[in-house]
Formats: sequence, structure tokens, C-alpha cells
Amino acid sequence: MFRRKPLFRKASQVQITSATLENTYDRRSFVVAGFGASIGLLLAGRMSYLAIAENEKYATEAESNRVNLSLIPPRRGWIVDRSGAPLASNRADFRVDVIPERMSRPEQQMAVLQEVLNLDQAAMADLRERIGRTRGFRPVEVASGLSYEQFAALSVRLPNLPGVVPQRGYSRYYPTGPSVGHLIGYVGPASAEEYEKDRNPLLITPGYKIGKDGLEKQFEQRLRGVPGARRVEVTASGRIVRDLETREDIQGKPVKLTIDGPLQDYAARRIGPESGSVVVMDCRTGDVLCMASMPSFDPNSFSDGIGRVEYAMLRDDERVPLRNKVLKGLYPPGSTVKPMVSMALLREGVDPEETVYCGGGLRVGNRVFHCWQRRGHGQVNMAKGIYQSCDVYFYHLAQRIGMDPIAAMARRCGMGQEFDLPVLSQFYGTVPDPAWKLEKYGTKWQAYDTVNATIGQGYMLANPLQLAVMASRLASGRHVEPHLLFGESDGEFPPADFAPEHVALVRQAMSDVINGPGTAGRARLPIEDVLMAGKTGTAQVVSLSVSDGTSGPWKYRDHGLFIFFAPYDNPRYAGAVVIEHGGGSSSAYPIARDVMTFLFDPRKGMDALHALEKQWGGNAQERLAARYAAYAAQAGEAVAPAPRRDEEIFARVDAEARAAAMIPVTEATDAAINRSDVAE
Amino acid sequence: MNSVIPTPIARQPWSMLFPLIALVGFGAMVLFSAAGGSWEPYATSHVVRFLLFLVMASVMTLFRREFVRFAAYPVYGIILVLLMAVEAMGFVGGGSQRWLNLGIIHLQPSEFMKPAIVLVLAKFYSELPPGMITSWRALVPAAGLIAMPMGLVLLQPDLGTALAIGFGGATVMFLAGLPLRWFLTAGAAAVVIAPLAYFFGLHDYQQRRVTTFLDPESDPLGAGYHITQSKIAIGSGGLFGKGFNEGSQSHLNYLPEPHTDFVFATMAEEWGLLGGFAVILIYGLIMRWGLSVARKSHDRFGTLLASGMVATMFFYVAINLMMVMGLAPVVGIPLPFMSHGGSSMMTNMICIGTLMMVNRWNNRAPRSRLS
Repeated sequence: MFRRKPLFRKASQVQITSATLENTYDRRSFVVAGFGASIGLLLAGRMSYLAIAENEKYATEAESNRVNLSLIPPRRGWIVDRSGAPLASNRADFRVDVIPERMSRPEQQMAVLQEVLNLDQAAMADLRERIGRTRGFRPVEVASGLSYEQFAALSVRLPNLPGVVPQRGYSRYYPTGPSVGHLIGYVGPASAEEYEKDRNPLLITPGYKIGKDGLEKQFEQRLRGVPGARRVEVTASGRIVRDLETREDIQGKPVKLTIDGPLQDYAARRIGPESGSVVVMDCRTGDVLCMASMPSFDPNSFSDGIGRVEYAMLRDDERVPLRNKVLKGLYPPGSTVKPMVSMALLREGVDPEETVYCGGGLRVGNRVFHCWQRRGHGQVNMAKGIYQSCDVYFYHLAQRIGMDPIAAMARRCGMGQEFDLPVLSQFYGTVPDPAWKLEKYGTKWQAYDTVNATIGQGYMLANPLQLAVMASRLASGRHVEPHLLFGESDGEFPPADFAPEHVALVRQAMSDVINGPGTAGRARLPIEDVLMAGKTGTAQVVSLSVSDGTSGPWKYRDHGLFIFFAPYDNPRYAGAVVIEHGGGSSSAYPIARDVMTFLFDPRKGMDALHALEKQWGGNAQERLAARYAAYAAQAGEAVAPAPRRDEEIFARVDAEARAAAMIPVTEATDAAINRSDVAE
Repeated sequence: MNSVIPTPIARQPWSMLFPLIALVGFGAMVLFSAAGGSWEPYATSHVVRFLLFLVMASVMTLFRREFVRFAAYPVYGIILVLLMAVEAMGFVGGGSQRWLNLGIIHLQPSEFMKPAIVLVLAKFYSELPPGMITSWRALVPAAGLIAMPMGLVLLQPDLGTALAIGFGGATVMFLAGLPLRWFLTAGAAAVVIAPLAYFFGLHDYQQRRVTTFLDPESDPLGAGYHITQSKIAIGSGGLFGKGFNEGSQSHLNYLPEPHTDFVFATMAEEWGLLGGFAVILIYGLIMRWGLSVARKSHDRFGTLLASGMVATMFFYVAINLMMVMGLAPVVGIPLPFMSHGGSSMMTNMICIGTLMMVNRWNNRAPRSRLS
């Protein structure tokens, strides 16, 4: 090497002999040997670097290759009713996932899955879409709730199906299905957004589901539990060689509700084909015993992943099965506010025995406001005003005391109030008063506004829970707050500042609504010693010129409302029933009667329900399934897919709910005015 | 020589054979482990093949110098024809083919070409008058002899073998005394041509191997998988290794080709850095012996032939080890005497046999300056 220069010269000038060539060979073979030796040293050095300097890194990587740590998803805590019976439990279940990246021939494999698992085209389309939008290494659930036969048939074919992972796990089970849909919510796989928020590896474990709505979402952390872990030695292709160690999961803590499961189920089923809600409360403790909202969805099928057909069916239904009507349905309370208005009158010193002559209407300003009873009630005192629901009595006396005391009493009774409940959202309606109108519309409060408000029309809006709370407070004379969590309430509520004799009078009048000469004689309980008290209400949706409120298109019919408590002389239970477009209060109080009957005598209640369900064609779950089958047959597979983000499912409905809740306000406001303007 | 040992045995080149047998034995142990702790299917056939080819190498030592010199061109010619036949059959059959099916065995002519190119060039330069070594007549025919098989092998396509042929040939040319500036020029030209060849000459899969080599972590589950897993195997072995039959990378199939191209990684995982050093040292001993055989040769033919054979073996070892340690792209070159596979064992034993043959020539006649 150091003699390179002479080499060059020799090559060009000096006569070359075999001796010089041999010389060259000696030198060059030395270079070649040196080159080889340096490569050898390089290799030795490189290997030392890998095996010593980077040993720790590579040892870790080899270990993480060898050992596969898989999370065992924790069993979700149960949601139980007040007697400990599950409203949401877990069911052992066979499931199949696919890991798209590991599938060698995706199309053929999907065809095999379709055949073995008996999936229809819509399900396959959903599956392809889900695979399309997940990253390749993330498992995608193909189907759950498989029969053992299907599971076995698939397991046999596994060698030809790389990337297909059959699993044993648990799936959420709601024994009463649609009855608890709105209350409990449902579970589903975490979305990308939810994982962004909570970077818990559990969320992307195949088959793991989190609460998506209702109490499932509200109590997610409590229900979740602690995942177990399984360390296994695996080959590169993912075959498990042996178990190394396993730590069991810890089940999530249960949530115990004040809900009475059977009552909830009964109420939901009793609503039947109508669209409405039933709330029953314990008016001593504020425990909410039932808050049913129908029609509903089946959380069982939601938790398996919402199919596109099913979602389309629910979305297209004008009775909005995706809206929880107990909390998000706002209705003009109609005449159900009359006992409350009476309390306001009494408080303002109106003598309950003072009579007002009802001739069928009353002129206010330049308009005539009619009583629902066109023939008139004759001389009406307060009790008769309540049990006969005389509108003129309240038109007259409300104008005397003005709106402010009535609005204050309405608020005292819980209207316009947002309750402290573990729910995702509640719409709390409107209690109108002069200040509110001035701020909202910039116009002065008029006498006819008071007149409208005293019969629960016009601007006044409430949700069914508020009506139930109103009934509780009127019945107990205490400031009852509703509760959903069992054991949270001690039943010590401050008095609502009602005079006992006022409470007694209103109670008696409300009892007479049913048990006396009132408007709801048919609501009498078929039980000897329990007398129920209540108040009917009918809320107009559109003006009488559009519809008479009892027939014609469904969405133009009047809402039927009913508030109640029982027993009337020693109130224990109180509640409210609201039937949307039921055609009047007669759609609501029979439901209240049967629900209360069930509460006191389940056998009698069930007999009534069974007779009705025979007419309707099965219970709520069966009818929902039948409707789904009919809808799917009609719609076929040409249905748009369900929204990708779970929030959108309900967000849509929320927006509609608000719009729907606002439209009747103005229309009903007009209605109340128009109703009185009808020329005689 | 010790009188207790019979002369024919004592005459054998034990300084090479001992390390070689140790290496093959060690290789058999590694293959035993790579098969999941079983003699079948690798380890037994490995040893059997070695013994068979050792017999072949012993037979080769009996060839006379004149015979070998005489046979050089015909052997080269026959193998070249076979290469063309393979190419033609591949063309007819549609798709690439590297072997001729002779019924009992699959003959891979490109394997024979590695020692044959050394043989033919040694013959060529030994007959070239020393004065002509700087003229074009020293370069052009030799370059043609190398280019023809390289071209045919590249068509197969088999980049690894083509490079092996080129390396063996170039080493012989270098040692034959061709002007240094030619090599420097060629080196410079290679630097210029390499990128062009990369973009226009290489197949997609070959291009990917190169890019992956440059950045294996870019695609740890795809093309970079081989290199990454091999490095994990070697790195996790540490100083003393995980112990015989305890390698998780090879036993759980993370390491691709644990018995052929990546046998060194399999070994290093279980025997650690010490095992690696031992293997590198043994190769060093064998090569050093080969070079000493070349240096002791009496004539230019023997010298060039022996050193060319060493270069061919060296190319195998160096490229394979660099590949498994992540210093070279994955080119599919097995590790001599350790990898399971008949072709590489045959080629390397032909090299060993040739070296033993030259060694025998050296021992038979005193060193002379006559060529």
C-alpha cells in the first residue's frame, strides 16, 4: 500500500517479468488479506455492539416478541333495580373478531364468515365499512352472541382463516330490552374520539364496550372494573405456545337504582302502541320508581352494534323512539296545572268557597275564552273548578291575582326546574311570567297570557318528570327532589311552605276528579281500600281549525296528560303520564290507573295488561321485532348506513326534539287563543 | 512428522480440517436447535452432505495440475452452456428458473460458475505473457469471461450469485497484477453507475431490499422484518447467549429462515457474542490457511486459483454476516458450512477441495519460479 507510487510507474514504464508480477501478487495479497481481516474486525465490532451495547434494547424486544400480554376485559358492573334485580347484566357469549391486516385473502375469508355465521348482505356491508375505517391491526367485531355450533364450525376452519379470532367473552344483557332503553342507555365499542379522550388501552381491546348513552355512560367509570391480564408465549404467527401467567379481572361495581324493575317494565309495556312516558315516584323519599319512555329501542341490539336497517327504522319513526321523552319531551301541561294554580290562589287569600259563574266562556279584553265545557258549569267553587276542570273559574280568579304568584307557585312545584339527577341531559321547559316574556319577546305581558297560562297552555312547557315532581309536592306538601340512586335519599325534605288545610283541600278535590263527580271516573283503582287522586289534562297541539284534537292525522291530535298520587289521604306514590297526540286525557289516565293497580296488586295489573297486549299483538319487545322484520323486508338493503359516531345518533334526535318541542309552543299558543275566538 | 500417525493421514492439512470439522459440527448443533431440538430435518442431512462433499474434495486433490489447466476452458464452457440452457428453459417455461431438473437432482449451474470463473481466469492469467499485463489484452478477454456468466445469472435474476461471480473474478484480476488505476477507475465508475443500476437495473423486490436495508425500522412488519428480527436475535443473545435450544426468536418463528440465510442469528441468540467470535475466528483460520496455500504455490496458476477460491468463500461469509447484522441488504447468500442447503455446501466444498488440491501440488514438488 505504501508502495503504490512505484507500482504505477512500473506498470507503465518498466519491463514486466514474472518476478515483478510475483512481487505484485505478494503486495496485493497482503492488501486483500488486510481487507479480509478488517471486514472480520468490523463484523466482530458490529456484533459486540449489538450484543453488548444494545443488548438491553434487543433483549426487551425479543421478550416483547415472545410474550404477548393480552388484556382480559373486565366484566361490567351490573345495573340493578331497588330490589337488586338486574336491569343490565352480562351474558357469557361467543364472539368473532377479525384483524384485517392478518387476513391473507380477505374476500374469500369474508365469504366463508358470511356462510358460517349466516350474515345477510346488510351485515356484510356494515362489516366491510367498519373494516374500511379501522386501522389494519385493530380487531373488528364480526358478530357476537353466536351459538356454540357456529362457534365450533368456525373454530374448525381457523387454520384456513388467518386473522379471524374467535373469542369467549361477555356481552351486555338487558333482560327487559326496550323498557329500559332510554333510562339505562346501551354500550358499544369506543370510538376514535373516545379513545383520544381516554387513552386507556382497554378501550381498544377487541370486544370491549363502553357506555354510550343513559346511565351506562353516566356511570362508565364505576361500572368499568379492572381488566385482568394474560401473559402467553406466542409464535410469530400468533399461535399460543403456552400460558405464562394470568391475572383475573375485577368486575365493575354495581349501580343500584331506585327504579322498580317490574314496574318500569309494566309501565313501558302498558303504554303500548302509544308514544308517551310514565313517571312514578315515591313521594316520601323522592325515589323515582319508574321512568318509562316509549316507543324505545332495544339496547340489546344496540349493544351488538346498530345495524343500518334498524337505525333507519328508528330514525324514520315519527314517534322518535330515540328520544327519552321523560327528560326531553316538553309538553304544554294543560289542565294538570290547575291544582297548582289553586294552591297559588289559596296562598293569595282567595276563599275556596267563593264561586264563579261559568257560562261556557269569559270575555278577556276583546276575545272570548271558552271553557272546555261549552254548556258551562254553572256556579263553580275551587273544588269543583279542579274536579270538573272548569276553565272559566281559573280564567277569572287568575286575572285577579296576576301571573307572578302563579309562576312562583309553579316553580315551587318543580316546573322549569332542572333536577340533580345522574342523567346526560334534561330539557326543563318554561314557566312564563311578565319578566320572561319581556326579555324573550320584548312585549308586555297581557291578561290573555295569564289566562292561557292558568290552563297550562300558551308558553308553559314541562317535561313529564317535572309533572311527577309537581304531583309529589302537592301530595306530600314537601319539597320532594327526585332521586335515581338507591339509598341516596333520606326522605327528609323541607316543607314546601303550603298550609296544611290548603293541601288537604287540593287533595280532596283531586280525589274527587276520580272518585267523585270529576272528569276521570274511569281512573278509579279496582282496589277496595286505595283511592287515587289525580288531575287530567289535554294539551292542544294545533288550532281547532286544523284538527278537532281527537281524530285525524296522529300528529295533530291533542296530548293527553294525567298527574296522580295514591292513596289520596296518605300519599305514598305520585306520578305523571303523558301520551303524545293521544287525543286527550282519556288516553293517559287509564294507563296511570293500570300502573298504580300493578303497584298495589300486581296480579290484577298483569291481567289488564295481558288482555291489552293480546289486542296489540305481543309485548313491546315482540312488537319491535315484528316491526323491524317488516321494515327490513320493505327497505331491503338499500338503507343508508348508521352514523359513524355514536354521538350523532342522538344528536340528530336532540335537535329534532328541540325543534319539535318549540313548534307546538307557538301553535298551541295560537290554539289557545283561536279556541276562544271561534265565533259562536 | 510423528511416526505414530501414518503418513497419508499426517499429510492432510489438519490446520484447516480441524477448524472446518468443528465449524460443521457446530453448524449441525445450531441446525439441531433451529429444527426445534431435532436432528431432522436439517442437522443430519447437513452432516451427511458435508461428509459426502469431503469425499468429493479428497477425490479432487488427486487431479493433476496439467489436467486441471487443460480442463479449465472446457469446464467453463460447459457451465456457460448450462446457464444458457437454464435461461432458455425459463424463457420457454415462462418465469424465472435457476436450475436444471436432471431427474435425481436439481442442478444449479450458477453455483458451479463461482469456482469455475476463478479457475478460468487463473488459467487465462497464468498463460498471459507478463509483459502484456498492462495492455488491453489482459483486460478485455477476462472482462468478457466474467461478464457473460454474470449477465446470464442476473437475467435469472440472482443478484447475490452474480455479485459472487464478479467478486471472485475481480479478485483474481487484482491479484494477477492488472494496473491499479483500472480498479480505481472501475470503482469510480461503479459509484456513478450504482444509482442508475438501482433505478433501472434492479427488480422491484431487489430495490425494496436495498431501501429496507438503509432504513429497516421504516417497515418493521414488512420488508424490514428480516433485518429487524435478525438484529433482535443477535442483540438479545448478549455475551453468553440464551443457552442451547433456548432461542425464542428462532423457536417461535420470529426469525425468518433460521436454518439457512439467518443461521448465524440463530447461533448468536443461543451462544452469544462468544459463539459469534468463535465462528468468525474459525473462518479467519480457514481463509488464512487458504491464502498460505496460495502463497506457497509453485506457479502462477496455483496461486491465482487458490486465492480466488479463498475470495469466493470470503464473499459468502462476509456478505452473509454483514446481512444478518444489518450492514448489508438482504441478498439471499447462505453462510458457508453452517447454513442448511446442498448448493452452498457443494460450492464451498469445491473451493475447499481446490485448495487441498493446490496444497497437494505444493507438497509434491518443491517451490520453483517456473510457471
